[in-house]
Amino acid sequence: MNAGSIHLALVGAPNSGKTSLFNALTGSRQKVANYPGVTVERKTGAFVTPTGRQISLVDLPGTYSLRGRSPDEEITRDVVLGKFPGEALPDLVLCVADSTNLRLTFRLVLELKRTGRPLMVVLNMFDIAQRRGVSVDLEALSAALGVPVVTSVAVRKGGTAELIRLTDEFAARTRAATADNTWKPLGIAELKALQREADRIIRDTVKMPTKPDSLTTRVDAVVLHPVAGLLILALILFVMFQAVFSWAQPVMEQLSSAFAALGQLVHDTLPSGLLQSFLQDGVISGVGSVIVFLPQIMIIFLFILLLEDFGYMARAAFLMDRIMGGAGLHGRAFIPLLSSFACAIPGIMATRVIDNRRDRLTTILIAPLMTCSARIPVYTLIISAFIPARDVWGWVNLQGLVMFGLYAAGIGSALGVSFVVKFFMWRDYQPAPFMLELPDYKLPRPRSIAIGVYTRAKMFLHRAGTTILSMMVLIWFLASFPQPPAGAEGPAINYSLAAMIGHGLEPLLAPLGFNWQIAVALIPGMAAREVAVAALGTVYAIEGGKEAADQIGQVLADKWSLATALSVLVWFIFAPQCASTLAVIRRETGSARWMIITFVYMFALAYVASLITYNIARALGAA
Amino acid sequence: MDIAAANSTTFLLGNAPRGFSGTIQGLHVQAGGSSLSAIELESQLIEMGFVEGARVEILHEGAIRRDPIAVRVDNITIALRRREAMAVVVI
Repeated sequence: MNAGSIHLALVGAPNSGKTSLFNALTGSRQKVANYPGVTVERKTGAFVTPTGRQISLVDLPGTYSLRGRSPDEEITRDVVLGKFPGEALPDLVLCVADSTNLRLTFRLVLELKRTGRPLMVVLNMFDIAQRRGVSVDLEALSAALGVPVVTSVAVRKGGTAELIRLTDEFAARTRAATADNTWKPLGIAELKALQREADRIIRDTVKMPTKPDSLTTRVDAVVLHPVAGLLILALILFVMFQAVFSWAQPVMEQLSSAFAALGQLVHDTLPSGLLQSFLQDGVISGVGSVIVFLPQIMIIFLFILLLEDFGYMARAAFLMDRIMGGAGLHGRAFIPLLSSFACAIPGIMATRVIDNRRDRLTTILIAPLMTCSARIPVYTLIISAFIPARDVWGWVNLQGLVMFGLYAAGIGSALGVSFVVKFFMWRDYQPAPFMLELPDYKLPRPRSIAIGVYTRAKMFLHRAGTTILSMMVLIWFLASFPQPPAGAEGPAINYSLAAMIGHGLEPLLAPLGFNWQIAVALIPGMAAREVAVAALGTVYAIEGGKEAADQIGQVLADKWSLATALSVLVWFIFAPQCASTLAVIRRETGSARWMIITFVYMFALAYVASLITYNIARALGAA
Repeated sequence: MDIAAANSTTFLLGNAPRGFSGTIQGLHVQAGGSSLSAIELESQLIEMGFVEGARVEILHEGAIRRDPIAVRVDNITIALRRREAMAVVVI
């Protein structure tokens, strides 16, 4: 490390506004390893102080103590104690407190002091606290805690200036002599003693209003109502899925025609031949057919981030706890499962907040059944090709309704699997406790939300540019070589490697109504589900020429029966078509066993469900 | 006060109805009531603010068997199941 730069770690209770402080400090200069659940994955960032000093910081998972009762909290403890392999010991620990709720954080501060790390307390959301009548004697507080205390308003421009100034001052001083680490896991008596001390400090230095936040109380009276609350939750989810389907449509159409125009440009500029085919059919139509779904992915992440920042997610967990408990799930599993609607990978990583191993494994096992955003391209394509866009009951879009049905099927099957797992594997165990803070409602900050959506959009595009692009090149290659012999009849693709592979798999998949083109598309679909759409695009483009590339939906409507289309839709509800998800399951469970179990059960479900769907649809005349 | 021999005026938070408002007398964790060890459960409850003298009020309850409950503990709101709330002695 060079002399001027220092490394910070952000520590704090859940809901202390740690993540928005992190966003305010680093802006878009942050790196998230893989997709983040909310503050579950390791987030690092950097900023430069007005004096030109480089500061790097890491946002550690929220925790109430250093006991480390979940894998998530263990990370925080180990980083602070410098025991985490490969992670730098922070030069300064910033303990972030929600200024309207100091009790729990102050006990954490007293515990952190024992680690001997230089410490600074950040009273975040100070504006809200002041508005609510909290007043703090900062000097007395700093003296009582024995560490510097600074206020911040992460959501306001300049609200972190004082924090940055103090950090700079800290770094400029000769290295503060670090005290010895005297931290040991706390016993009950010590815990109580620390809480008493924290309460004494608050009594001496802080004036707290006695009234709870009246807005939160009023909203909760409705939102947490046993009946109205559940209806509101269902309504929120319903609006979310309608939005994903209808709001994104205009932008998607524009993107789609832009890519078609680009392909046409390449077609007109280049002489016909392999290069033209590679660029137009392989690269542009392949990658383009995936990038088109960017708007939908951004909308779903927008909803999840908004609900999280409003403080609604914890309420949803409260409402769902008993209902999910009936299916053998823990209330805390709601947040990972809801994240899985965006992508199963952050969902599975977010299960680290579940401290009980059995509850965590069940959640991991069913997370891939939640309809992730990578399925949206597949669903959208097939729905718009086969389901008429008319209204039912006067106001509900039929396509949106089918989409909702597919989501519901994913949720229903997940609950069913969980129930079976609990019943057969873990019948005799006590349910783990459910204890969760319900934070006061807060208005989400547009900038923080924008950064969150931007980070995810960037990751999606990055994936489109790497994994998906290379898969598309492979598919184009398989579909183009070997070239047909001179004077051969029929489309060139019939002579290719892709056709051979597809025909090889056909006997296995034919009972589901899948033709060989689908079989070919499913293989690269293992890299990511949305690639299957691109692969179908490429296969049919090479087979049918450029009109097919422009109108993949039209081609499907011509070539597939409705029964086949429904069967493919059902296949994608269940099929374990995502190598990265399987890899994450392996990593998070620490064994290949759970990965194999997941793959086998999902494959079996997909096969059986598609088989049934196809045959029922045919029996009903949808041939 | 000896919590184990709680007298007739104290009772358990887990048995209290919605709208109940009172003060915590102490924690009395019985083994076997939860999948956590008694020490672990007690630590968690303390960390969430369930300490002697704290004011509690049951604000909300869930739809199924009036469980879980949302409890105001001094100035924060905690959601927990009645099973764990049985460890909290209130008056």
